[in-house]
Amino acid sequence: MLDILVSGLLLSGTYALVAMGLNLQYGVARIMNLANGEVLVLGALAAFWLFTTSQVSPLLTVILVIPVAFVGNWLIYRFLLTPLVRRSKNQGQLEVDAILATFGMSFILIGIMVSIEGGFFAYKYLSEPISILGSTSSLNRLVAFLIAVAIGGALYLWLNHTRPGVAVRAVAVSTEASGLVGINVPRMSALAFALGGAITAVGGALISTFITLDASIGVVFTMKALIIVIMGGVGEIRGAIVAAAILGLVETAVATLVDPGLTLAAAYLIFVLILLFRPQGLFGRVSS
Amino acid sequence: MRYSGAVLSVSGVTKRFGGLVAVSSMSFDVAEHEMVGVIGPNGSGKTTMMNMISGAFKPTAGRISMKGRRISDMPAQTIAREGVGRTFQLVRLLPGLNVIENVLSGAVFGHRRRWGRDAEDFAHAMLERVGLEAMSYAPVAQLTYIDQKRVELARVLAGEPEVLLLDEWLAGLNPTELETGIELIHNLRDEGRTVVLVEHVMDAIRALCDRCVVMSAGKKIAEGTPDEVLNDAEVIRAYLGDDDA
Amino acid sequence: MKPSGWQELLLAALFAMLAAFVPLVANGYWLSIAVTAMMYLALATSWALFSGPTHYISLATGAFFGIGGYLVGSMMSDYQLAFWVPLVVAPVVAALLAMLIGLATLRLSGVYFVIFTLGLAEMIRNLISWIQNNFLGSRGLYVLTDLRDQHIYWMLLAVAAVVYLLGWLINRSRLGFALRIIGNDETVARHVGINTATAKVILFTTTGFFAALVGAIIAPRWSYIEPNQVFSPQLSFLVVIMALLGGAGRLWGPLVGVIPFTIIWEWVGVQFPNQSFLFMGLAFLLIVYVLPNGVVGRIEQLRARLREREA
Repeated sequence: MLDILVSGLLLSGTYALVAMGLNLQYGVARIMNLANGEVLVLGALAAFWLFTTSQVSPLLTVILVIPVAFVGNWLIYRFLLTPLVRRSKNQGQLEVDAILATFGMSFILIGIMVSIEGGFFAYKYLSEPISILGSTSSLNRLVAFLIAVAIGGALYLWLNHTRPGVAVRAVAVSTEASGLVGINVPRMSALAFALGGAITAVGGALISTFITLDASIGVVFTMKALIIVIMGGVGEIRGAIVAAAILGLVETAVATLVDPGLTLAAAYLIFVLILLFRPQGLFGRVSS
Repeated sequence: MRYSGAVLSVSGVTKRFGGLVAVSSMSFDVAEHEMVGVIGPNGSGKTTMMNMISGAFKPTAGRISMKGRRISDMPAQTIAREGVGRTFQLVRLLPGLNVIENVLSGAVFGHRRRWGRDAEDFAHAMLERVGLEAMSYAPVAQLTYIDQKRVELARVLAGEPEVLLLDEWLAGLNPTELETGIELIHNLRDEGRTVVLVEHVMDAIRALCDRCVVMSAGKKIAEGTPDEVLNDAEVIRAYLGDDDA
Repeated sequence: MKPSGWQELLLAALFAMLAAFVPLVANGYWLSIAVTAMMYLALATSWALFSGPTHYISLATGAFFGIGGYLVGSMMSDYQLAFWVPLVVAPVVAALLAMLIGLATLRLSGVYFVIFTLGLAEMIRNLISWIQNNFLGSRGLYVLTDLRDQHIYWMLLAVAAVVYLLGWLINRSRLGFALRIIGNDETVARHVGINTATAKVILFTTTGFFAALVGAIIAPRWSYIEPNQVFSPQLSFLVVIMALLGGAGRLWGPLVGVIPFTIIWEWVGVQFPNQSFLFMGLAFLLIVYVLPNGVVGRIEQLRARLREREA
């Protein structure tokens, strides 16, 4: 029981981080990025590849990944998604276009990653067992959790206590009103999208230290991040943290008590319950 | 002020958005063949009130009923079938459909449902009624603003609603268009339709409304004939602020 | 989707009659491609019945298709039932599932629906594997019938024809008109008195029914059923690509997309077996950036331009 609690919570740290990334992209830039999971796997691939070819510590990769993923996602937003934002007459059309376009990107990323590494991204880093509150876990899980908390905390502070952070949050509340008070909405959207992508990639690099990924696993993480964002309420950072904890705990419980093959089914069950009873999310308000 | 045989009756209706109270215990009745204006300064909750009657929002508290039947917990499509038809503050046409198809949508799915020839004939009649028969097969994107408003009105009329909600139907029209617009609505009045209209244009209110309900900060502050309410001290204060009163 | 007239129905009937002769002139490799194309035609046409007018991107095709294939395997090998039993049961099961999913998700924004259907095939596959491993014992699922490729082809042709006819009828009905209005503006649709949720659920249930029927019909082609093979997420994406490439705004749009894409896809599979993901990605980008209304939309755009020039 305690084992489930500890490993579930450790897992939820990175989940929350990844969901924050998606939340920035969907909540602020209003792009439902279905290539989110592939960006995550790309981060994992970077960590794996640098570690196995040149023994670069994944913790260093985490730092290296940030600027690269930031620029990459910024370019995607600027050159592939901005035209869609411009041509769409309403939110519904942008939604469909963004879904199809990001699906396309996700498949292209998979294609590229498969040609780099077709097998599993398996490597060992900090995998010695440690004891937390009397239950056994591994050091890499703890380290990943701590880094995720640190980055998530920094992001939270940035959003709440800096000028650009507050501007980003304003765009999340209303693009129109933000434009009226002089916020450069397209720029802030691009910034949020790029930042969200960078955070997702960092999450991927962290996850790769304790879960073995492969090129085509991204969609699973996209699903998880989306479920967390919807459960927590779009744009709600605290909601995302609680939702990530719930998902991490339920998945771990189902995997240990029932069958590891049913984690996705468990995630779906949560998803259905949310859609039926609280479609605005656990912490979201009913909006007009 | 109570009217026996009110078609539409709003009683004690409140709407909260989170902490914001947009409408607070509003009550008023609309009698058959009556044209009632809901007026008030910007942000006083008029459109929210309309949205609650048409079912776009559910009231947080209170009751809205039509001919004694509670409609305030019904979804919008059921309310439409019960006989409430509305136009939108910013015209909403169906861009992929041409003019007559837009009107047809009201005839096919409204309060009285028609189909086939019957629906088409009726839609054409409604289009003629608003003076746009010549544009029947034009794409809606080609229409001027007032013509778009006409199509929307024809769509609502095609459903033969028992109560018509016009949400700032006259807003955004230039002076000549405004004259045409007022005349159109005046004709509705002459036909004896039951209408609730949200309006800013004072001349229109004087010319059209039997009675006005004045809202300010979500509350009803006055009710009576247009002349009565427009000379009411509290109404003037609400519009102009304390200093000018 | 715009209602289509008698001419279009007549052309479709003519096409169906010609298509019926294909197995008499083609065999082996080309017949097998024809079966695949006919399978995608039935799937994409029924997909477009729902997604064309409503703009909801359904990725549930693989899940319903898998239910069809899996039930054929399971009922024939575990319960020794005749082929026609699952052929009847599977579409009904899938339709019920589609209805439940529709009721839970179609009241909400399109994003929720896409996400829900995105992992659906994978989740059902996991559930079935788990049930099979723990309760049924993992025996192989054999589908042994006397049906040859040409029989499967004709059955699929019949399904495709029925879907087309149904779509033609729906487009001329109240329901079809309601869907067009919903696709234009859902708020207006509700305010003119359309029960939007019901209309969407009815159509989504229909696509679920036909996807499972196609999955069941095609099952004898494999003779051995593996959950991993029938619950293929890739199938869902290919159906979306083909329907949108052709154009989901017209009943015959998917037809225009299916035939060339099936051939190209076969060719890619042979020439670049490891790059299928890349090609799928490029196809999606092609749709979004070059052919937003499909080939059919492009043709109509050109036609409109020509007409303008004449006028």
